[in-house]
Amino acid sequence: MKIYLDNAATTKMSKTAIDAMLPYMDTIYGNPSSLHSAGQAAAEALAKARKQIAGCIGASPEEITFTSGGSEADNQAIISAARIGQKKGKRHIISTAFEHHAVLYTLDRLEKEGFEITLLDVHDNGIILPEQVSSAIREDTCLVTVMYANNEIGTIQPIEAIGNICRAKNVPFHTDAVQAAGHLHIHVKKQNIDMLSLSAHKFHGPKGIGVLYAKKGIPLTSLIEGGAQERRNRAGTENIPAIMGMSAALSEACTRMDENAVSLCALRDKLIAGLSQIPHSILNGDAAKRLPGNVNFCFEGIEGESLLLLLDDKGICASSGSACTSGSLDPSHVLLAIGRVHDVAHGSLRLTLSEETTEEEITYTIEAVKTVVEYLRSISPVWRDLISGKRNFIIK
Amino acid sequence: MSLYSEKVMDHFRNPRNIGVIENADGIGEVGNAKCGDIMKIYLKIENNMIADAKFETFGCASAIASSSMATELIKGKPVSEAPTLTNQAVVEALDGLPAHKVHCSVLAEEAIKQALKNYYEKNGIEYNHDLLSDSENCTDCGNT
Repeated sequence: MKIYLDNAATTKMSKTAIDAMLPYMDTIYGNPSSLHSAGQAAAEALAKARKQIAGCIGASPEEITFTSGGSEADNQAIISAARIGQKKGKRHIISTAFEHHAVLYTLDRLEKEGFEITLLDVHDNGIILPEQVSSAIREDTCLVTVMYANNEIGTIQPIEAIGNICRAKNVPFHTDAVQAAGHLHIHVKKQNIDMLSLSAHKFHGPKGIGVLYAKKGIPLTSLIEGGAQERRNRAGTENIPAIMGMSAALSEACTRMDENAVSLCALRDKLIAGLSQIPHSILNGDAAKRLPGNVNFCFEGIEGESLLLLLDDKGICASSGSACTSGSLDPSHVLLAIGRVHDVAHGSLRLTLSEETTEEEITYTIEAVKTVVEYLRSISPVWRDLISGKRNFIIK
Repeated sequence: MSLYSEKVMDHFRNPRNIGVIENADGIGEVGNAKCGDIMKIYLKIENNMIADAKFETFGCASAIASSSMATELIKGKPVSEAPTLTNQAVVEALDGLPAHKVHCSVLAEEAIKQALKNYYEKNGIEYNHDLLSDSENCTDCGNT
């Protein structure tokens, strides 16, 4: 049995997306910049995809720039806003403590250039309050960037309220919607979003392709010099097959969004209820305001990498925020941001569902996690100290 | 997973000498939960031989495999040989560890040294302090 529960990392491509790509590899393979008919056929497809994607998020086609993915879109959005601000003498950016590293490391770079960065506290439930944004905005604020939904704990941020505040104060607002696109409703106009990043492989599209939406009138800074593609915002021949796959996948995901959410939330809540039965375990992030497919727990007394590998032996693909799995020395910055201490954050497990996840898989997973956690605790000196009272439980 | 050798995965999946020795002659515990690794080694010593060695580990696959292999390497050996066990010997016996996981083998070496020290001190036995010098736990991650 193979149970894939790492859909926040990446998803399986849908048949719709694959079918949409194939003709653009062997039949309509022209370069959209070419004037001949082969090139123009590709240009026509590109325009169609741009329109379709714009329609999915409430944008106009000319506001869509294709990028290599979510990270590039995040980088470009932030750098562009910083350059605009810089010209006006504005060098203050507001974000949150648990953004994706594509955002945080770009902000680090700007900080070294002299920008001042305010990272808002995300509280125990992993959700910021719109008031935090309004009180952090200053005269010299050139950008507010807040993710739509967190990639680790799935918590959904009050995007529309933040958008309204930013619009009223005339501060550009960017949201990293990589985890939200295709799963949550997005309407950039209604939500007053000025810039938005998304990535195709999070909603059953291909890897290596994404979108930066930028409201008309916001000049983008090109990160790649070269040809005049993407209205000079992003040089390089467009990846037409991937764009076609992304367009088809996003369109399909948006059409089925509501029905998918109902069944996913039911499975998610069953999984949460099952794992909550494990003693000294805790759900990370708000129980209700989270992505339909996201489950994230900490289990005291064990370490996440061991948990992950033993689950893999049982056919379950999962993810963890432990230091050992992150390749760094510290556990997940997201878990630390919601107040989990190191000892507990090392024992985290993220399970992210897709539309293909079945109830049977969830039942099996609950039992497998229980078994593995129990085993790892049985060989853990930390657990021995906890149950003997030599060490105090952090998770009650 | 290709991150680890077959040997590491074998010792991780089927750890040797797991558990506790009641009334152990020497116990060593190193690491801390903040770093994400704690190892506890128990030794049973009879006629100057390591008659039994057991361990408990909180940590990643390489930490569990390192403690399993380290106990295997010293079991049945004369007590006098145990202090010479190096983390390098553990790494080699495991057919290698990824660079960022080598500290797990260091922890295993240190846990055994702590257990030996504990045995010597409990029994008033003179020992070579240089061989069993106090090490700084978690030097790699700085979370001490």
